[in-house]
Amino acid sequence: MQYFWILILFPLIGALLNGIFGNRFSIKISAWLACSASGLSFLVALNTFWEFLHLPVNERIIKQHLFTWIQSGNFVAEFSFLLDPLSMVMILLVTGIGLLIHLYSVEYMTGDNGYYRYFAYLNLFIFMMSLLILADNYLLMFIGWEGVGLCSYLLIGHYLDKKSAGDAAKKAFVVNRIGDVSFILGIFLIFTAFGSVNYLKVFETVSHRFPQPIEGFGILGTITLLLFIGATGKSAQFPLYIWLPNAMEGPTPVSALIHAATMVTAGIYVIVRSVALYSRTPDTLAIIALIGTLTALLAAMMALVQQDIKKVLAYSTISQLGYMFLAIGVGAFSAGIFHLLTHAFFKALLFLGAGSVILALHHEQNLLKMGGLKKHLKITFYTMWIATLAISGVPFFSGFFSKDEILWKVFNSSLHGGTLLWSIGILVAGLTACYMFRLMFLTFHGQEKWDSHNTNPSHFKKPSGFIKLPLIVLAFFSVGAGYIGLPGYLGAHRLAEFLAPSLKYQYFPQITSAVRHDHLFQEFSLTIIAILGALIGIAIAYELYIKDTQIPHVLVGRFSSLYKLVHGKFFIDELYDLVLVQPIKKGTQIVLWQSVENKIIDGVVNGTASTVQAWSQKIKRIQSGYIRTYAAWILTGTILISLYYYWMSNS
Amino acid sequence: MLNLLLIIPAIGALGILALPHKKSSLIKNLSLAVSLITFILSLTLLFQFDSQMSQIQFIEDKIWFEVGPVNVHYHIGIDGLSLFLVLLTTFLFPISILASWHIKTNIRSYMFLLLLLEMGIIGVFISLDLILFYVFWEVTLIPMYFLIGIWGGKQRIYATVKFFIYTMASSLLMLAAIISLYFLNPSKSFNLIEITNKLVNGEIILSPSVEILLFLAFFLAFAVKIPLFPLHTWLPDAHVEAPTAGSVILAGVLLKMGTYGLLRFCIPLFPQASLTLAPIISLLAIIGIIYGSLVAMVQPDMKKLVAYSSISHLGFVVLGIFSFNLISIEGATYQMLNHGLSTCALFLMIGMIYDRRHTHLIEDFGGLAQVIPRYAALFMFFSLSSIGLPGLNGFVGEFLILQGTFLENPGHAAFAALGIILSAIYMLGMYQRVFMGKVHHEQNRLLSDISTREIIILVPIVIMILWMGIYPNLFLRKMDSSLQLIVDRIEQSRESESYRVELIGN
Repeated sequence: MQYFWILILFPLIGALLNGIFGNRFSIKISAWLACSASGLSFLVALNTFWEFLHLPVNERIIKQHLFTWIQSGNFVAEFSFLLDPLSMVMILLVTGIGLLIHLYSVEYMTGDNGYYRYFAYLNLFIFMMSLLILADNYLLMFIGWEGVGLCSYLLIGHYLDKKSAGDAAKKAFVVNRIGDVSFILGIFLIFTAFGSVNYLKVFETVSHRFPQPIEGFGILGTITLLLFIGATGKSAQFPLYIWLPNAMEGPTPVSALIHAATMVTAGIYVIVRSVALYSRTPDTLAIIALIGTLTALLAAMMALVQQDIKKVLAYSTISQLGYMFLAIGVGAFSAGIFHLLTHAFFKALLFLGAGSVILALHHEQNLLKMGGLKKHLKITFYTMWIATLAISGVPFFSGFFSKDEILWKVFNSSLHGGTLLWSIGILVAGLTACYMFRLMFLTFHGQEKWDSHNTNPSHFKKPSGFIKLPLIVLAFFSVGAGYIGLPGYLGAHRLAEFLAPSLKYQYFPQITSAVRHDHLFQEFSLTIIAILGALIGIAIAYELYIKDTQIPHVLVGRFSSLYKLVHGKFFIDELYDLVLVQPIKKGTQIVLWQSVENKIIDGVVNGTASTVQAWSQKIKRIQSGYIRTYAAWILTGTILISLYYYWMSNS
Repeated sequence: MLNLLLIIPAIGALGILALPHKKSSLIKNLSLAVSLITFILSLTLLFQFDSQMSQIQFIEDKIWFEVGPVNVHYHIGIDGLSLFLVLLTTFLFPISILASWHIKTNIRSYMFLLLLLEMGIIGVFISLDLILFYVFWEVTLIPMYFLIGIWGGKQRIYATVKFFIYTMASSLLMLAAIISLYFLNPSKSFNLIEITNKLVNGEIILSPSVEILLFLAFFLAFAVKIPLFPLHTWLPDAHVEAPTAGSVILAGVLLKMGTYGLLRFCIPLFPQASLTLAPIISLLAIIGIIYGSLVAMVQPDMKKLVAYSSISHLGFVVLGIFSFNLISIEGATYQMLNHGLSTCALFLMIGMIYDRRHTHLIEDFGGLAQVIPRYAALFMFFSLSSIGLPGLNGFVGEFLILQGTFLENPGHAAFAALGIILSAIYMLGMYQRVFMGKVHHEQNRLLSDISTREIIILVPIVIMILWMGIYPNLFLRKMDSSLQLIVDRIEQSRESESYRVELIGN
């Protein structure tokens, strides 16, 4: 049991072998190596989970110390692991989906000349993500935190000769680093305030020192805000979400694994992990709820007008992550993790399905050049529909349960304006159903709009087992994952029960009986409203993209300025460019480099230099050869005397 | 033991002078052997070093010369601060010699100067007599001057004159301060340990203004060497013109002589002045961090870019030193080693591509990752070390510096942390322009990937970067007690200051 951590070693070894010797391997060996590394990880995780379930609930916290990593003065950061229900759930998810995506990539990346490089990075990602999850302190977690960012950077830039891929990779890393700096400042403050960066020690101290939630921010509020800003970078929330749509430049399986299912949820994980801190800072939570709602709404609107199939899914991911932050913001921590799980399955499935479509159409990503694919890509068609129903919140699919729980908790939260947030949540649910059905209709239904000269159906790349298997497995979980968290009127919330020990440092407000009264009925009626919202979204999509395909054009014409605003992604990238990027670039070039460095600082130096030179012209004759003589004298003297004393001290 | 580290390079240097200059391979092999022997000998220091002891160890003290009342000692020794700087020096010299294998012109003088430089730098780090220190300090100047002046690039004369004027002018002031200390010392000696002790127990009392003047005289010499903003402009020119080995030594250890000087002389000798001036120095360090990274961002030349990044990195070190707690000072000392490794590796790699293409302008490259993937991967690795990716060495140093600084002054740490964002922008920006995208220049398609000799040069650095990133304890534990002494000195001075303020108040 205490050897659970060896699961992080396999992908590390796989990454090293493929990274160092990969150019000598055949693609079969590269793929086999990477997949078995990832598979072994998953097996160890499964086995650990099995043993874990047999432990009594209060013993489900396992610590494993390896060595002391950084120690200086009274600062200590250990290299140790912590396995508790929260990290158990996350590690199962990461290694499981990780394995499926490794398998999928075997086929998807065939013919790519960076095959071994791709698999080395993919393995490295699993290692870093596992480290992030299993670390028992903030600083060790930060290795994984920046490590997954690095893998994301390397994989977004996988197509080396594409300039756009290079730009996107750099943008992702830099935007994430902005968040990371805030995060590390949060860690500095944690150590300054609590004298440790170890999770359990910090939580222990916090729950003693702050028996009640604090008003305003103070130290605790500043810590939670700083960590949250870090999370907005990694989990692509407003205003740092701008890197994620560009990250679609990477290979599609990477988008599925890193930019949908796992890495982008790290921000959620960290906040839920720090529940001891967050549950005591209601003001930070309110900000999180607000940012989450805003992001969910903006991104859902942007998803509605994207033409690139992967961009639709990217904005959808941002929007769904916003949903998870909304859950956290109202204190529904386990609901956030629940949605994180179900979303991981259906969104990974949607991306992999999109990848299969893109592969079939020879790298066509434009939705307007698809259509009518249902006859040609049967498995993709059915599995993607399952995922679509799940994300849209159609009853009995997984997304329905997790989304409903969030909405219900939002409605009942003590937050001012909770009802408003709830109604935006319903609106977003409708928008989600709408843009997802739009995507499906445009891809699989209606006329075949692809260029039949180049892409004859007989030339379609038929998906092999490596592609089909992950689709089918994910489709199964896109339905089944919902049943681990049933609402009160249907059964038990097994996930919440399982996670409970991880949330024990949470501050629980006293629940007034008025709220609990009739809550089953209330929960049920809210569910009906949410279902109606989704149905309206679906109906609109059907009307616009199946029945009368001319309406979208008419609408675009009528609301052209709104369309431009949304289609231009609210011009946030442009705003950053105008306000931050260009001023820094130009200011540095013109003010710092051309004036300060070259004219002022160097001007003084060169002025002095030319004066000296003028003088030295006059006394040139005396000075010539002086330096060499000087050097020779010093050297000879030093050597002789050192030798003398060395000889003296030895005799 | 310590003697040998000076004697072997010196004898090696003289031995090379005695060889006929045509036997270039013999000269190269001999120099390599000499530097390797020095390195292996220096490793024994690591094993014999007593990490519990805060005082100086391996002391040798003999009279060097006496002229009337003036006596100068050959007084050397090391502690936890200088130990790893000595090791870094002996580690980097074999690497620099290997990196100079292709040098054709006047190889004999070249190797002679390199070994002389090695002796000089080691001397700086182990001298305990102020005059001896000064002599070694100046000795390092001359070989570097000639290495750039003879084997350098097109603008080498301008660069050497700038380098020489800057460092010479500032070190003359230090000499003046050394002589003043001699006269202030009742027993009239240049013994650093003795002078420090007398300052601690009050046998030498400096008035605040004298202390500040003396501090500044030392500080200026060190600040130029580091280099601290705004005294830095000699460095980019020197780097761009220097041959690869020159850049490696310059960035790797020569700059560390400055930060070493701060910790060995400025703070222990003049703690009060250090405290008084710390706000201004920290400010300059923070400006240097941000300014260096911003200016690095707009450089068209890879070497210049890395040179400006050095200014930024050394800004972190200075900030750590002047935050005056064990965490920040230990971080600063660690960061000196980190910067030595990662920046050297980057200069080595730029030198390798220069050997092939005779340019280090960024625009002359592009798309190299497709042509020379191994080279690209290693370059990425060193870039990541340089930008402080957690798990690699740079992070440990930067983290400790910033955590320590944060404890003293959160604002300083927050501003300095901006350098972390900027470093990602300039390093990855350079990486993207050099290695990604399409191959624009046809001659780049013919580049050969990294050779075995080059791998042998780089692999030791790769290993050290990983080791220092994952298991820094081996290094940090040996620094603890010596650095604690410096922190104690400052703390004591802080207390006496507040005591004095109280007295005046009463």
